[in-house]
This record gives sequence, structure tokens and C-alpha cells, in this order.
Amino acid sequence: MSAGSVIGLVEAPLAVLLAPLLIGWIDQCRAWLQNRRGAGVLQPYRTLRKLLHKDAVIAHGASSLFRVSPYIQFGAMAMAAAIIPVFSVRAPLGVAADTIALVGVFALARVFMALAAMDIGTAFGTLGARREMLVGFLSEPALLMVFLTASLISQSTLLPTIVDVLGQIHLTIFPSLAFAAIAFVMVLLAENARIPIDNPSTHLELTMIHEAMVLEYSGRHLALIEWSSALKLFNYAAIGVALFVPWGLAGRAAGPVELALALPIAAAKLAIAGAALAIVETLSAKLRIFRAPEFLATAFLLAVLGLLVHLLLER
Amino acid sequence: MTTLPLSSQLINLGAAVLLLTSFAMLSQRRIVSLVNLFAIQGAALSASTAIVAYTSGQHHLYYSAALSVALKMLLLPWILHRLIRRLNVRWDTEPLINIPTTMLVGIVLVVFAFGLAQPISQMSTTIARSTLGIALAVVMLSFLMMITRRKAISQIVGFLAMENGLFFAATSATYGMPMVVELGVALDVLIGMVILGVFFFQIREQFDSLDLQHLEQLRED
Repeated sequence: MSAGSVIGLVEAPLAVLLAPLLIGWIDQCRAWLQNRRGAGVLQPYRTLRKLLHKDAVIAHGASSLFRVSPYIQFGAMAMAAAIIPVFSVRAPLGVAADTIALVGVFALARVFMALAAMDIGTAFGTLGARREMLVGFLSEPALLMVFLTASLISQSTLLPTIVDVLGQIHLTIFPSLAFAAIAFVMVLLAENARIPIDNPSTHLELTMIHEAMVLEYSGRHLALIEWSSALKLFNYAAIGVALFVPWGLAGRAAGPVELALALPIAAAKLAIAGAALAIVETLSAKLRIFRAPEFLATAFLLAVLGLLVHLLLER
Repeated sequence: MTTLPLSSQLINLGAAVLLLTSFAMLSQRRIVSLVNLFAIQGAALSASTAIVAYTSGQHHLYYSAALSVALKMLLLPWILHRLIRRLNVRWDTEPLINIPTTMLVGIVLVVFAFGLAQPISQMSTTIARSTLGIALAVVMLSFLMMITRRKAISQIVGFLAMENGLFFAATSATYGMPMVVELGVALDVLIGMVILGVFFFQIREQFDSLDLQHLEQLRED
């Protein structure tokens, strides 16, 4: 077993462990931008520990679906982390599932979250679930189009191959990828309940989407849900890095030196991406829920435009 | 896939920025941001014209690049900003059809323009021939913007953006029009802008609004 494949095996567990750190870093950056001191980058871990030590309270009318759903969500996100190349293309499931399957894995987690929110029968859960499905229904085609643009350039839908091809073409400017990148950032913001669409830190009834769905959860279930949403953000950031700035990612033919360098480079890129996300969130105001379709339609159209520009200019 | 030379990559990038700003204008509700986007479009236009001039050795294109910096990036946005301040029309524009529908129509137009330009650009021999489709798309998107907007100022911005598209089409298909024509067009646009500025004041004085729908109800008393 070569060093490369060993590193590939630790990649997914490492992503699962480090995902809350990214959320902590983003929150810390937002706090700095708002002239606050912030709770430190380790705060998500403290929250998770606190929640894991508490007892889980479950509503009377809850079926087993409500109980199982957090585990399914966490499992789906962990599997997605195993598909996405974070710092080396030898992600354990990288060749087993392509980008389209990846979108399916994200959809699985979303459907179970919405079903669990409706399971209790409270008004808020249903409201949140409906809104989440609206956002998901609009952002999924945009995400697929972004992936298809990258796939057309690299002639493959497998993420490791895409990263290998894009990483090897040095200094080629792809206008289509620029369009796709903008669309991807918009999808990332919408899918992860970040500010223009949803506010991750609010409990104001009329505006919340994600928080409305998890109101009934407590204890270890809530911890798993928080962790899986941190992991979802981490996964999206890793996809963005892999598609649009793949330089420094350890390729298939990478030697030990490149593998050793790949980890700090990936950490630096994710840190920069997190800081940029914090800036975007600080600069923009939350949209009304009825503006969300417009926002996501723009993302979809930009992705389609990327596809068209690729067909026109880059063949 | 063959890799293109750096210069044509940069020209393609400029063309993509042009298309992107056209779409941004189509989706923009605020007049002030509309004018800023127009200035960005002018900058992209002049940059790609300068790159075409450098690679093809056509020196007169440097003049037209400089002309579009002076006119489309600086002077016209300045005039528009001044008009907006003096007319006090900073509020949102009201599109006739809602914005997602407009964008969908826009995508259809882009597909149409790309298809239309394909055979034409195969006959051309210039370095930027593949961007002809984008130039046509910009022209059509600006048309669409003029059709779907109610307020006079956003229609004017659409008109000016259409001129940008035509300019870019000329550059990409035949290395630009003769200098005399370019100067003439630039002067026309400038004069048109001044006259329309006067018109804006007249329209507002008559109707207390820049909404051009009022013009359809004119009656002789």
C-alpha cells in the first residue's frame, strides 16, 4: 500500500473532524468584521460537546423517522466527504461516485431532514421544510450545471479526473469556469443557509429556514445535525476549491513531497475561502424569501451561460 | 482540446465579462448600479479592444480603445450619474415582466445569437472571430432591456449598452470600423445623450415621472 492511498484513507475522517473548525473560523471572521471579539474558532466543538452530554428529548408524536434522520444526514455528509478530493485526489470513494451521484447524496440528506421536520407536525417544522425544499429544488439544477461545465472541459464526471485535468492545464483562462464559479458561490450560500437566503444565527420565526426545521431536536440528535451542516459547508467549500483553484492538490502521480505540501496548501485555501465567505455575508443583506427564486434563477442562468460560453469559445 | 494563445484567452475573458455585465444589467433593479455596470462594461470593452489592437497590430484600434475609455467608462457614466442626481430618480426601476422570466428570455436570445454567429464567424479571419456570437448576444440583451424597462433612464442605458455590443461586434468581425465612422458614432452617442438629458427634464415636467407609459396616453386637448 503506497503512501498516497494511506493518505487517501485518512482524508475523509480528517474532513469530518475538521469541518466544525471551518464554521468556527467563518464565525470568528464575521465577528472581527463586525467589531466583536468573537467566541474563538473552537466554539463549534464546545457546542458539540455540550450537546453530546445532554439528554435527547423527543416529542410524543415522533415516529422512528425523526430518530433516524440525524444519523442518515450525518452519514450522507460523511460519504460526500469521502467522495470529494480535499487535499489529494485519492479520496476513498472518489472513483466510486461521480458528481451527479454526489448531488444525489446531498439531496438524500435534504429529503430526510425535511421529512423529519414534518414528522412532528408542528407548524414551524412544516414551514421550514417547505422552504428548504423550495431552495433545494432551485439550487440543485444550478449545481448540476456547474458540474457539467467542469465535466465538459475535462471530459469526465469523476471529481478526481476533473481535478487532475484542471490542475494540469497551467495558466489557461476559462471564462466558462468564471461563470460557473459565480453560480457555485450563489448555490453554496443558498444551500448552506448562509446570509442572502437564510441567517444561520437567527431564531426569528418569519425568516428562518434551516433553524425552523431543527427546532424540535435536542441533545445528541441536534449535535449530529449541527455537525452534518458544518460538514456540508466544508464539503461545498472543498468542491469549490477542487473545481476552481485546484493547484497544489496532490494529483494521482504525486510524490511524498507534494503529498506533504498538499495538506497545508488545502488548509490555507479553505481558510481564505472561509474569510471570503465571511466578507460576502457581512456585505450582503438577507433577501426576502420571495426573492430567493430570483437569486437562484440567476445562479442557474449563470451556470447555463458558462456552459454556452464553453461551447462557443473554448472548443 | 487545443490550448489557445494567451491573447485570445484574454479577449475571450473580456467578451465573457461583457456578456456577464449585460446579464447583470438585465437583472439589476437599481438605476445607480445600472450605470455602474455600464461603466464596467465600457472598461471591459476598451480592455479587449486594446488587446485585439496589440495582437493584430492594428494601430487605429488603440484610438478606439482610448475613445471608449474616455467616453463609455468615464464621460457617459458621469453624465448619467449627474442626471440621476438632478432628476432625483434613485429609486428602483419597475420592469414590465418579472426578472426571472426576463433572464430566461435572455438565455434563449443568447442561444439564438450564438447559433446565428457560428457560420458568420467561420468566414471571418480575425483573431477575435469566436467572440462575434457574444457581441450579437450583447446587442440582443440590450434590446431586451430597452423593451422590458419602463423608466426612460434605464432605456437609455440599454441603448448605450447596445452601442457597446455593436462596437465589439465590429472589432471582432473586421477589426473595427473606419476611424471616421467610429468618431461619428461616438459623437452621435454623446450628442444623443445630451439631447435625451434635456428630454428627461421635459418628460418629468409634463408627467411628474420618467415612466414612459405616460407617453402612450397623450391626447390632443
